[in-house]
Amino acid sequence: MMASEKRKKRAIQARQQSERVLPSYAGRRRSLLGLFCLAMAALVWRTVDQQVFETDFLQNEGERRHLRVVKVPAHRGMITDRNGEPLAISTPVDSVWANPKLLDPDRSTLAALEKVLGEDRDELRRLLARRSDRAFIYLKRRVNPDVAQRVMALAEERDLSGIGLRREFRRYYPAGEVFAHVIGFTDIDDRGQEGLELAYDDWLVGEPGAKRVIRDGRARVIKNVENIRAPRPGGDLTLSLDRRLQYLAYRELKAAVQRHKARSGSVVMLDVRTGEVLAMVNQPAYNPNGSHAGRGGVLRNRALTDVFEPGSTMKPFTIAAALELGRLTPASPIDTSPGFMRVGRAMVRDIRNYGMLDVAGVITKSSNVGASRIALDLPPEALWKAFSNLGFGRVSAIGFPGEAAGQLSPYQRWARIDQATLSFGYGLSVTPLQLAQAYSVLAADGLLRPVSLMRQAEIPEGERVMSAATARAVRLMLESVVSPAGTAPAAAVPGYRVAGKTGTVRKSVAGGYAQDRYLAVFAGMAPASDPRLVMVVMLNEPSAGKFYGGQVAAPVFSRVMAGALRLMNIPPDALDAPRVRLAGGAVHP
Amino acid sequence: MKFPSASSPPAAPESTPARPQGLLAGRLHLDPPLLTGLILLCGFGLIVLYSASGEDLAQVERQLIRLAIAFSVLFVMAQVPPAQLRRWSPWLFGAGILMLIAVLVAGQIGKGAQRWLDLGLFRFQPSELIKIAVPMMLAWFLSEARLPPDWRRLSIAAGMTIVPVLLIAKQPDLGTALLVASAGIFVLFLAGISWWLIGGLAVLLGALAPLLWYLMRPYQRQRVLTFLNPESDPLGAGYHIIQSKIAIGSGGVYGKGWLNGTQSHLEFLPESSTDFIFAVLAEEFGLVGILVLLALYLFIILRGLYIATRAQDTYGRLLGGALTLVVFVYVFVNTGMVTGLLPVVGIPLPLVSYGGTSLVTIMAGFGILMSIHTHRKLLPP
Repeated sequence: MMASEKRKKRAIQARQQSERVLPSYAGRRRSLLGLFCLAMAALVWRTVDQQVFETDFLQNEGERRHLRVVKVPAHRGMITDRNGEPLAISTPVDSVWANPKLLDPDRSTLAALEKVLGEDRDELRRLLARRSDRAFIYLKRRVNPDVAQRVMALAEERDLSGIGLRREFRRYYPAGEVFAHVIGFTDIDDRGQEGLELAYDDWLVGEPGAKRVIRDGRARVIKNVENIRAPRPGGDLTLSLDRRLQYLAYRELKAAVQRHKARSGSVVMLDVRTGEVLAMVNQPAYNPNGSHAGRGGVLRNRALTDVFEPGSTMKPFTIAAALELGRLTPASPIDTSPGFMRVGRAMVRDIRNYGMLDVAGVITKSSNVGASRIALDLPPEALWKAFSNLGFGRVSAIGFPGEAAGQLSPYQRWARIDQATLSFGYGLSVTPLQLAQAYSVLAADGLLRPVSLMRQAEIPEGERVMSAATARAVRLMLESVVSPAGTAPAAAVPGYRVAGKTGTVRKSVAGGYAQDRYLAVFAGMAPASDPRLVMVVMLNEPSAGKFYGGQVAAPVFSRVMAGALRLMNIPPDALDAPRVRLAGGAVHP
Repeated sequence: MKFPSASSPPAAPESTPARPQGLLAGRLHLDPPLLTGLILLCGFGLIVLYSASGEDLAQVERQLIRLAIAFSVLFVMAQVPPAQLRRWSPWLFGAGILMLIAVLVAGQIGKGAQRWLDLGLFRFQPSELIKIAVPMMLAWFLSEARLPPDWRRLSIAAGMTIVPVLLIAKQPDLGTALLVASAGIFVLFLAGISWWLIGGLAVLLGALAPLLWYLMRPYQRQRVLTFLNPESDPLGAGYHIIQSKIAIGSGGVYGKGWLNGTQSHLEFLPESSTDFIFAVLAEEFGLVGILVLLALYLFIILRGLYIATRAQDTYGRLLGGALTLVVFVYVFVNTGMVTGLLPVVGIPLPLVSYGGTSLVTIMAGFGILMSIHTHRKLLPP
């Protein structure tokens, strides 16, 4: 027998043997089948458990994942001037966001994002790495529509998950720095940060709506299911300010501040009949459309937040108080010689000896001695009350954030010298707005109206704080200031009678008053026969040589007031006056 | 056994099952019931895949091409007589081991693991070959001697299983390692190793579990932890399992309807067309769909086991049984993972998940089963 055949035979034998010797195969098969059934049963039990008993819960879980309630941003209210000119408007923009948990920042993706967003790729990578535990970060806020489109195209093309757009509103201020201090600005989240944007934030902001959407696993909105609540757009604000007057005031103030190298300056213009603020500008200013970080000083609305000693601009109120009490008449003689007077251990001085003056002369010459004599003749309480009634020492009704109250100390604490200096405006502090409001009392025949930055639907009722006769008498005296013999002929407006008062205030410094730092003020009104507009011009530390209120502040008053009277179609009341400016611009005596 | 028959006279005295007749079974060596089951399953799979891919016809087309290739492989394997396969077994096994080593030395890296071998024309995954080569080798080796195997053969056979399993686990590809190990274990089990030994091994494995934990890679440990408590990290490691649980559960008894599954269509369900396709099916076809799918698998597996028991020699019996049971492991591990019964192991749902390589291997296995069944000979008198 061949060996191979032998082997084959043995193999067959073995195989046949194994057939017999494998009694367990059937048993193995059965036990396997048992195991098999057990596994199948476990599987079926598991799915039955999930699909029958837990199905409600799990369905709910599923809906919680794809049915989401999302916010619909509300349009922030618009701010306009009194004539409906837009001053602050919101435009829809998109912001690009990312979910660092889903976004896989590989090299080419980062490079593509850098190209589209214009952000440095290393910066993006670091940002994503630093916030890797977050589910939402902004990659770039407020991008242009074309950038937003390109980002989404990129996400589509590369199948990126965890990147998307969010609709936001960007605030835009067409009038820029001219209205910056009054209106303020919003932050990147559209909340008011300064000015009226802050004061009226709740009104402007509106209420975001809500809608139910279907979102996919990459947090992209696939479909809107229902609108739960429509967004309630924020309310609009109509300001009392007039854009034309504001521009005019801003231009003139800025020019004056530059010409006289002043540190700062403010102009406030009020409508006498309504108490509305028609213009309120300051220098230095800023552009509210830019970024505002680290520029605290320029942000202040100095017309409201900064106080100063009003100086001679207070004298008319001292005289008004004396007239009210009947202690004197406009014709009463006041002896101011020898040009100084001793009050206790202190001394009140005039620039020179004016001798005998009438009450109007005290105003025209701006005599400190005269004002002191008048004030010292009054009971302290009466003087305090007169000043306080005009609004000094308390915040106005304007409701502006950060408004200063100024300081008017209680009369019980006054020494005689205090009473004397108060009469010519030292020892108290006021804001330009307070001063304008006090002058509007003289202009409105003794009525104090609450000032307002909002256009008033109806004229607010005034509070009588002074008799009409007194107001008229003082106004008449103030007209002489603008006359060639007064301190501020430069404040005159051709064709109109102007009443006003200059102030050249020494700035108080630690331990007394500075010798060479002044504040130039002019407060006045026009037309003096029936005043419609009141304006205060204040320049802080003019340092280009001139510093008198009549030289620095009065010309600004004149130019702005002339423009305002014309723009508001206020009829002239001095056409028969000797000085009429003709077309050629020459002044005829 | 004798089968009295009216039409044909008793031709042979010792006639065990008659040689298969008909065109499919006789000429083409195909098994009609098994083939029907496979075609139904693949058809069902394509319908689910269309939905899971986000109604991407191109993806369905690619899968159709793969299915065509896989069925061709099945057809070719069915023509190879078992005796031939038996002779190839050691060579195939040897080649598989060599390629596994080659992969570890110079393989392609994909998705963080070294599994591919670039053969110039196409890329090849040797671990797929070894899935079939291990049961073939073990069946050949054990059927060469008397069963049940003695201690010496048993330890050699165990070694033949452990070496490729370790090589695959090193890639790392835990899922395939598990499948290869189960293939080896099934052959050994069917060869009749004693219950004492099985019990002892089970106890040993239990005792070694802490050691296994120590040997695991961090991501594998994470998977086990996640399996035990998926809610511990709902956005990270637990994300897959929570989303798939929601998908299955929200399907309910009748499902949300084809193409109406929110979890997969809104891309909450990860890997929805590959490893987690079962969840898509469950969401859209509900419990009914799952039972239909399981019934199809049940039919195919039972048919496979039937073929194995009817095999004429030990080699066919061991190999057929092991190949069928590996399919069962596939199904169980995948569905168990998707339903949260088992930890996440990357094993596709056989014949349904999108993907080519394992499809071809599984079809080759069914081809071998058909070959075993249709190449039976009448025993010599």
